[in-house]
Amino acid sequence: MIRIASATLLALLSAAPAFAAGGDLGAIEKQPVNLSAIGMFLAFVVLTLGITYWAANRTKSASDFYTAGGGITGFQNGLAIAGDYMSAATLLGLSSLVFAKGFDGFIYTISFFVGWPIILFLMAERLRNLGRFTFADIASYRLDQSKIRTFAALGSLAVVCFYLIVQMVGAGQLIKLLFGLDYAVAVILVGVLMVVYVTFGGMIATTWVQIIKACLMLGGGALLTLLALHHFGFSLEAMAQSAVDSHKDGIKAMGPGTMLADPVSAVSMSLGLVFGTAALPHIMMRFFTVPNAREARKSVFVASGIIGFFFLLVCILGMAAITIVGTDPQFFEGGKVGGKLLGGGNMPIMHLSKALGGDLFLGFLSAVAFATILAVVSGLALAGASAISHDIYARVIKKGQCTEQEELRVSKLASLFLGALGVLLGIAFEKQNVAFLVGLTFGIAASANFPILILSMYWKGLTTKGALWGGLAGLISAVTLVILSKAVWVVVLENTAPIFPYEHPALFSMTLAFLVTIVVSKLDRSEQAKAEIAAYDDQFVRSQTGIGAAAASSH
Amino acid sequence: MSDPIYERVRNNPKFAELVRRRGRLAALLSVIVLGAYYAFMMVVAFAPDLLAQPLSEGGALTVGAPIGAAIIVVSWLLTGVYSRFANGPFEQLNNDIVRETLQ
Repeated sequence: MIRIASATLLALLSAAPAFAAGGDLGAIEKQPVNLSAIGMFLAFVVLTLGITYWAANRTKSASDFYTAGGGITGFQNGLAIAGDYMSAATLLGLSSLVFAKGFDGFIYTISFFVGWPIILFLMAERLRNLGRFTFADIASYRLDQSKIRTFAALGSLAVVCFYLIVQMVGAGQLIKLLFGLDYAVAVILVGVLMVVYVTFGGMIATTWVQIIKACLMLGGGALLTLLALHHFGFSLEAMAQSAVDSHKDGIKAMGPGTMLADPVSAVSMSLGLVFGTAALPHIMMRFFTVPNAREARKSVFVASGIIGFFFLLVCILGMAAITIVGTDPQFFEGGKVGGKLLGGGNMPIMHLSKALGGDLFLGFLSAVAFATILAVVSGLALAGASAISHDIYARVIKKGQCTEQEELRVSKLASLFLGALGVLLGIAFEKQNVAFLVGLTFGIAASANFPILILSMYWKGLTTKGALWGGLAGLISAVTLVILSKAVWVVVLENTAPIFPYEHPALFSMTLAFLVTIVVSKLDRSEQAKAEIAAYDDQFVRSQTGIGAAAASSH
Repeated sequence: MSDPIYERVRNNPKFAELVRRRGRLAALLSVIVLGAYYAFMMVVAFAPDLLAQPLSEGGALTVGAPIGAAIIVVSWLLTGVYSRFANGPFEQLNNDIVRETLQ
């Protein structure tokens, strides 16, 4: 039986009858105001604002602001890293990929995870021992302070801005859908709260927002998984069998499909995800919040455990949704099973929570999703603000000749500026398909930031010239390839066929960046280059032992 | 113009031992994780049918499911292995070096 659209709408509205009149009946995407979701979200906001007030009294020095004085424990930092990484995009995006593509979504999830062990084995202790506030500290440790620091800071800012747009647009659409608020209201709300957390509470508040949100997300995900497993008598085989019966691809959905059939795309995507993750500025910044390398290692162990566990839950939820959501007409536009999902393709997990836990659970998960976006944009804003105030203002423009208070004032202004920019860009990009910005974010991180970072830590022969040319080659090639790929060339610019046939540029742009860096460094015979190469030996001792690294303040 | 403190560390045989042992462990574990992951991706690209075989006769779960889950779980366990060694015996070695250098 096919229900007519108005009947479905009526069924939807009856979920919140008292407020239906306030909802926008014209646009199907905008849902009636969801009071339980808003109530729970308000509780989160009140709690985090309380923490911000508490943190503001403890944020006195630059080190408090950027890194919580290095006083976060390994376990707390692990939770916060997991909070930074488990964004709304992972919760909604990965589960909906499994829902739509079956096993291919699982492969994607694994690719999102594998970067973590690598970060621990190759980077964590060196990051902690060499860096103080930003990743540019490490890249410019023995290279030209103004050139490399400027380049690294601009690389960070590019990544932060693109990712911020993705999150803002996601926030606006999600909140419009789940809470029944206007898109612009939602974006402004996110921007204002983000600026309040960051300017007043600095890293201490941002860290606790992440920790609370990680716990909420983990708890919500685990509870929903239990309900889903219960639905299938706690048998994964029964769940899979039922998914096979419900999925349009049948048994084929349980094996690798066409999404990654081509080895070049598969490798390019995974390089971008694995090494792009390792060079996201808001993630790297978290390594400076712990007192020493020992706690840094512990935090990656905790974070990767939580992330891995959560990703497995998300895949189970995606599989459960294939049956529970995919065969229920109430979740499809016009009640047509197999047609367009209400609210768009990212919604399966939200519908699943409604199907299994009712409106209250849906409200809870909506609040968690909103909290998630808020936490991630706060981390991004803090990373961007520190690139502006610590790298560009204090180190490059003032050459280190400014007081801590001046630097702090600039960083607060910078976060205000980033908040305003995020809101404006979020509103400007409302109607755009922003999927290409994710490719761009990870492409730039992997191609412009990662090669400089890893070579500065591992390769004695790196020189300023090499790093600059290599970084530029990576940046330009990554941006160009994304523009020529399907996501921009066809979807945004409306050409018929993409010039660059793959979605992710990393295989080409990252390789080019490494090649150019190494060749130019080798050819660089200047006196400066000799001094930079000679300085590696001392840097190496510090990176291994932590002698000379910034220690924790007492908190 | 090397810093004399760093010079002293470099001349300490324990430093060479720390770098060698910790570096070897990190390299070995990275090779295991990346090797397993890229082997998996190559099977996905070139022999997807291997992963699409059912776990049991007529069942819906495929061998790909436990293999994929194992990649996540095992690489997490390896972060535990690394942390255990790096925060245990290697950290001890590191502390010895720092103490001997700064005394």
